[in-house]
Amino acid sequence: MDFMVFQYPMITIQACLDGILLGVLFALIAYGMALQWGVMNIINIAQGDLVILGGYIAYFMYLYGIHPAWGVIVSPIIMYFVGVGIYKLVINKVVDRDLFISILATFGISILFMQLMNFAFGADVVLANSGYGTTFLFDSNVVLPNSKIFSAVVSIVFAICLVIYMKKSKLGRAIRATAQNARAAKILGVDTEKVYAATFGINAALCGVAGALISITFTIHPYMGLPYTIRSFMIVIVAGLGNLPGVAMSGMGLGVFEEFADYILGTEFRIGSVFLLLVLILVYRRFKLSRKREYLK
Amino acid sequence: MNKNLILYASILVFGLAAPFIFPAFKVQLSILCVLIILAVTWNIQGGEMGYNSFGNILFYGLGMYLCASVQVGMFFPLAEWTESGGEKTFVHTPTQFFQGMAAGLVVAAVVPTIVAGLIGYSILGLRGHYFAICTLGLGVAAGEISGGIEIIGAGQGFTTPPFPNVGGLEARGEFFYFCSFFALVLAFITVRAIYSTRFKLILNAIRDNEDKAEAMGIETMKYKIIGWMVSAFFCGLAGGIMGGLVGYIDSTDVAFDGREMGVFMVLMAILGGKGTLWGPVIGATVFHIFKEGFWTLFLGWQYVALGVLIVVIVIYFPEGIMGWLREKYPERFGEVVDEADRKAQVELK
Repeated sequence: MDFMVFQYPMITIQACLDGILLGVLFALIAYGMALQWGVMNIINIAQGDLVILGGYIAYFMYLYGIHPAWGVIVSPIIMYFVGVGIYKLVINKVVDRDLFISILATFGISILFMQLMNFAFGADVVLANSGYGTTFLFDSNVVLPNSKIFSAVVSIVFAICLVIYMKKSKLGRAIRATAQNARAAKILGVDTEKVYAATFGINAALCGVAGALISITFTIHPYMGLPYTIRSFMIVIVAGLGNLPGVAMSGMGLGVFEEFADYILGTEFRIGSVFLLLVLILVYRRFKLSRKREYLK
Repeated sequence: MNKNLILYASILVFGLAAPFIFPAFKVQLSILCVLIILAVTWNIQGGEMGYNSFGNILFYGLGMYLCASVQVGMFFPLAEWTESGGEKTFVHTPTQFFQGMAAGLVVAAVVPTIVAGLIGYSILGLRGHYFAICTLGLGVAAGEISGGIEIIGAGQGFTTPPFPNVGGLEARGEFFYFCSFFALVLAFITVRAIYSTRFKLILNAIRDNEDKAEAMGIETMKYKIIGWMVSAFFCGLAGGIMGGLVGYIDSTDVAFDGREMGVFMVLMAILGGKGTLWGPVIGATVFHIFKEGFWTLFLGWQYVALGVLIVVIVIYFPEGIMGWLREKYPERFGEVVDEADRKAQVELK
């Protein structure tokens, strides 16, 4: 236990800013999660592994001499097809089944991806160096790498683009219609199978963007996927499905929480504290609802 | 009933004789016993109660750490033991080893049961996938946190006491086999006894419709917690035995190994058939044979094979082996089948 973070205001500001910039990324992943959960009623445990896969695409561009920031464009395009492929192979068979089946099936995909990435890219912790330099604030007391600011800005841009796309485009309308009532949408001529595939593809593409940004700002490793899944799940259950400002706010809140946990408990308990927070949030909501004799649905 | 008695007696005799018939497979057979315990007890709340838990690994890992800690801590300072790592400064005498093991197994079984009882009220109020994700979080959190605690070895792991050499007799394999076999017999008898009482009907009522069960005046929460505590008891026991068998405890790779053991127990129960007595036993046996037989074939690619296996089982065999048999031979399961009805169904297909 170390409460240094509260004693020096500069460290507090540093932790808050770091957390917010990180949280924006989490919110982007959680947005994808909310999208496919809302539309297809699927909880995708492989979400985090899609993120890491996207990160490796950017990392390989960096290895071959292309600036990793271009990964933000390339990675979602590749990941879209990966997502559609996963949908065609596995997800379309579990869409209308029990949620637990989808959890277990995507858990299998997650293990599969983890190990394939481990074979293909090695078990080292890697990072794509963007060479963006750092920004110093408050007489150099607060240090912010420009890559983090870049990643936050890009995530916000992507999120806004997607929101506009969902509102205006034909596919976006079809997706929203399917989310509201799949059967009615089918009757009115929406090809729900295509809509589901596109939704899963868009979700994977969002993961690709987030992964590319994570490979620039933080590090990636084949086994780091599950925490991202849990974070996005947590953000979605706190914010609720279809509540975009809520997703953004709770994402940033989670980022700040993690930075503080890192300072107070130490880095080795960081991931553990995220998982414990998930348990605490679920238990809190359960007690709150049980007063009204309801339960989480 | 008479036929059943012969079946059980022959299985018991086979189980007792197994390590002497197949001396090369003693360790594999002990692991099989542990896997069956895990699958059968997962089935209590996963299959019968409808609460699909990924978190029974919490009790398994807890039991493993507790058993080893008690075994060491009863006679020697624990911190120095873990710090010394592989080079032992202390050596257990045979009496100390067995006393420690016995006390350790009792603690390993009782403490997880109490833990399950304490957290049960909070966690079991969640339903469906929220329960699944919450328990998944619990298991991973326990692994991450125990990996940061110094006294039980933190990142470098915990070496359990080596088996003592009593009078030049090397009986390590037999000892752990009989430990796990007796635990298995105990688990099976308990589960069978449970399944022949009202308790099982209540669990099934909770699975089928919890609100209605509550409306019928059943205190569902009480039974859910008891069901989970039974699971936790045997998971802890199995973990304690497994810790001694493996000889080395690591927080995320051995004890709280959600990626392997935690998924295995779910998978075995589903493969055999959820909500049946024999399903998990068959599932675990088939799974273990497959795993050991083919793992060497996929050397290095085991996890890829495991991932594919999970997806295939979940998508194509969600009812498991017992479910498939039941559909094929419904008469054997005591179901009355109308011949015309069956023909109509075949035609429909």
